Amino acid sequence: MTARRLLFRNLNAKIAALPMIATVLVVFIGCTVWTVVYSFTSSRSLPMLNFVGFDQYTRLFGASRWDVSIKNLAIYGILSLIFSLVVGFILAVFMDQKIRFENAFRTIFLYPFALSHIVTGLVWQWILNPFGIEKVVRDLGFESFSFALLSNRSMAIYAIVIAGLWQGTGLVMALMLAGLRNIDEEIWKAARVDGIPTWKTYVFVIIPMMRPVFITTLVLIATGIVKLYDLVVAMTNGGPGISTEVPAKYVYDFMFGWANLGQGLAASTVMLATVLIILIPWAMLEFGGRKAK
Amino acid sequence: MRYGLIAALSASVAFTTISFARAADLEVTHWWTSGGEAAAVKTLAEQFNKAGGDKWVDGAIGGSGSGARPIIVSRILGGNPMGATQLNHGRQAEELVQAGLMTDLTELAEKEGWKDFIRPASLLESCTFEGKLYCVPLNIHSWDWMWTNPDVFKQAGVEAPKNWQEFVAAAPKLKEKGIIPLATGDGWQVSGMFNVLTASLGGKDLYLKVNKDKDSAALNGPEFKKVIQALADARSMADPGYVGRSWNEATNMVMTGKAGGQIMGDWAQGEFTTAGKVAGKDYDCLPGLGDHPVVESGGDAIYFPKNKDPEVTKAQLKLASMLVSKQTQVAFNLAKGSIPIRGDIDMATASSCMKKGIELLKNPDNIIPSGDQLRAPDTQGQIESLMGEFFSGPEMTVDDMQKRFAEIMESAH
Repeated sequence: MTARRLLFRNLNAKIAALPMIATVLVVFIGCTVWTVVYSFTSSRSLPMLNFVGFDQYTRLFGASRWDVSIKNLAIYGILSLIFSLVVGFILAVFMDQKIRFENAFRTIFLYPFALSHIVTGLVWQWILNPFGIEKVVRDLGFESFSFALLSNRSMAIYAIVIAGLWQGTGLVMALMLAGLRNIDEEIWKAARVDGIPTWKTYVFVIIPMMRPVFITTLVLIATGIVKLYDLVVAMTNGGPGISTEVPAKYVYDFMFGWANLGQGLAASTVMLATVLIILIPWAMLEFGGRKAK
Repeated sequence: MRYGLIAALSASVAFTTISFARAADLEVTHWWTSGGEAAAVKTLAEQFNKAGGDKWVDGAIGGSGSGARPIIVSRILGGNPMGATQLNHGRQAEELVQAGLMTDLTELAEKEGWKDFIRPASLLESCTFEGKLYCVPLNIHSWDWMWTNPDVFKQAGVEAPKNWQEFVAAAPKLKEKGIIPLATGDGWQVSGMFNVLTASLGGKDLYLKVNKDKDSAALNGPEFKKVIQALADARSMADPGYVGRSWNEATNMVMTGKAGGQIMGDWAQGEFTTAGKVAGKDYDCLPGLGDHPVVESGGDAIYFPKNKDPEVTKAQLKLASMLVSKQTQVAFNLAKGSIPIRGDIDMATASSCMKKGIELLKNPDNIIPSGDQLRAPDTQGQIESLMGEFFSGPEMTVDDMQKRFAEIMESAH
């Protein structure tokens, strides 16, 4: 095929994609480069090109708040990834048993997703603060009952995980349910004829067939994890102390609250680098491998 | 008819070219949202609207200064400036002024002779950059107060404390009665409390050495260690529910007898006044925690971001002039419980606590610069994180804290 023909193939589609290509180049790549460049400066409120080498990074990695933020993101990330996938899939399997009132249940499970993270955070803050569950149980007669997740430093991050799962699992369930409905009925019939137990069919046949759905879900959950910010702000604002701080909040606080643009940009560059370190090998496996097949 | 048409035409020309006598809507952003504060800001709005022509558009941003400031600053930086905005005078607007984003008020200030009646002089100094004036000090707010509820101490069978040491000594008795000794919230409330402890337990000298000179010997010295020990005491006197509590909720705990006392700036005074409480009877105030009575010369200032519309600029100057006027100063500060910026007005109706503050301000030896004036927001933020870590974690030692505090101050710009 000549180069000329390659260029003119699907010309309309290429022209239609131009605005998006421009956006990607300017907004995504351009702004990313800008961010990285200015993370090496001592910019305060306003961006200024006075380079200070790796000073911002030295300070970043020396800051105990950044340390705590990274650990919290890891806890939140791992737990919410595992639980939302597992719980979402199991809920979808239950929904797929041709149950009565399926629509009603689906609505109930999906409803939290319609709430913003801020609303979710406030609702769970009210539930978990001492006037919530704790007071209800105490009023029932259990005077010494204590359930104050949010004012406990080591538990507060799990409270955020719970709220995040409550909000996000419904969507995972809906996606999984759509995936399950796409599985051909014939496969089930074949499995039944062969006498394979139901759970085995799910694990060894259905889940591998649902691979594209899982990947979509994974990407959605992963982006949700990295940008975790509003839920924390609404529920704990990083407290008690700094025990529920997350990287995105570190970036925001330094850029806008505390007038240290350089420090905020250094933190966001590290966030980007971490995502790339995970993403690139995965993308190479996923998309590079297919060509070889 | 013909003349009417000509008039209309010329009017439209005038509108587009010089835009003649047209009233402007002046959006004023601030974070005065608690009871006493809202009452105070209402007096400003009413007075500005009464003056006729321009209109006050209230842009209150809920929460505290740490939540509102990013919104205010990013709006100014992003080219969508409001007509006027509250900020604490000091270094918060430093760079905005340097970048030429604020309206110059020098001319107005000279015409009205602000220098002659605004005291202490440091208030205007913090608004000045390269000889030009960029903000209007509105009030003096001092952090260095402790508010106590004498009834609570009577119930517990101890005398109402007159200083910090007595307060710490009485705390176990209060706890026995199920009363929380010290009411507080988190975040800036803790770092503010620490500043108060530095100034009132360590004295003015130590305060300046630590915060202004960043003196390594003082930062690592035994005197400063005592201050940190006091914060550790405060940590053990607070209740676990302090997480996420706002300052006025904490003040309310003192008012209703759920807590013994609170270290909080004189804006808490406005809450007591709004609730109809009487100083000396329903509540007591200890300036400088009873030890070293000092007052900070920080406070709220109004900045006027540059606008393209000349009508807005005119309205800005009008508001600036109104803010320092005697009438505004009396009405606003009585409602808010802060100290007026001019000494030549009649504050006879002020509460006994406010009078104590005004009295203290007469002696320049009692005046200390505020944290906002001494430390850049970047440093303030790091200290706030450190205080949060210390206050929420009983396992963090005083020595550890002192070392890390010194590190932050020594690397501060």
